[in-house]
Amino acid sequence: MKTAVIVFPGSNCDRDIAVALEAVTGRKPDMVWHGESDLPEGLGLIALPGGFSYGDYLRCGAIAARSPVVKAVVEAANRGTPVIGICNGFQVLTETGLLPGALMRNSGLDFVCRDVPLSVENSQSIFTSGYRAGETITVPVAHHDGNYFADAETLDRLEGEGRVAFRYAEDINGSARGIAGVLNQAGNVLGMMPHPERRIEAAHGGIDGRRLFEGLLHAIA
Amino acid sequence: MKLRIIVTLKNGVLDPQGKAIQHALSGLGFDGVDDVRAGKIFELDVADWTSDSAIDEMCRKLLANTVIENYRVERA
Repeated sequence: MKTAVIVFPGSNCDRDIAVALEAVTGRKPDMVWHGESDLPEGLGLIALPGGFSYGDYLRCGAIAARSPVVKAVVEAANRGTPVIGICNGFQVLTETGLLPGALMRNSGLDFVCRDVPLSVENSQSIFTSGYRAGETITVPVAHHDGNYFADAETLDRLEGEGRVAFRYAEDINGSARGIAGVLNQAGNVLGMMPHPERRIEAAHGGIDGRRLFEGLLHAIA
Repeated sequence: MKLRIIVTLKNGVLDPQGKAIQHALSGLGFDGVDDVRAGKIFELDVADWTSDSAIDEMCRKLLANTVIENYRVERA
């Protein structure tokens, strides 16, 4: 599967996701700089990595969301190309409007950096088919602005449509209804604060993250 | 033309920074501060011919995230 990783000034998990994608797909992803206006043809997945695009100035992900390449990402997402945004990538996806809600400062005001248990809420999506619904997995987080906010009506709609992919098994940042990852309505866009690309090898402490990418590869093959 | 754009969190959106500042004020002995909301101010120097609709669009497209924030524009 051909994949691309979008690189913004300030991305710092671009190499992690590239290593993870190569480990799972057997093929190096194309690294696409934020100033590009076109994406490679025939992508099976576009990844927006974690980090601090544009230094988190204005709001996390806000300036990245208005960069030239993200316009192409939005168009590809609207045509059905799978897109995953991890951490800062999730913030970028909410800022583009591809995903609902917004990510605010953690309720405890601390930067939270540790392994967290996540409950898999939906195993029917292309991103979560490698898991069993209701299963608890362990994936690391590292963020200061992971407090997911959406109004009650939006939250009800997300839950009713099965678009909550992952929920924190404990409250780490004040996220509304414990939401750690959400899907778009079509199911081809996932944003999540935890870092599955940091759980790819046994040496990382487990392979719970790898199962996301393997499930995706299997689901879209 | 100088503009001042004030962006604040909407009512009902928890403001952890405001809460921390409120606690700090109370720690300094200032009693009776019931609530603090933190926000942002942007000072723009724009061409005189800049239209109201363009200013509004700047706010909605970039300066404020209208999912969580309100904005108001003051002309200096």
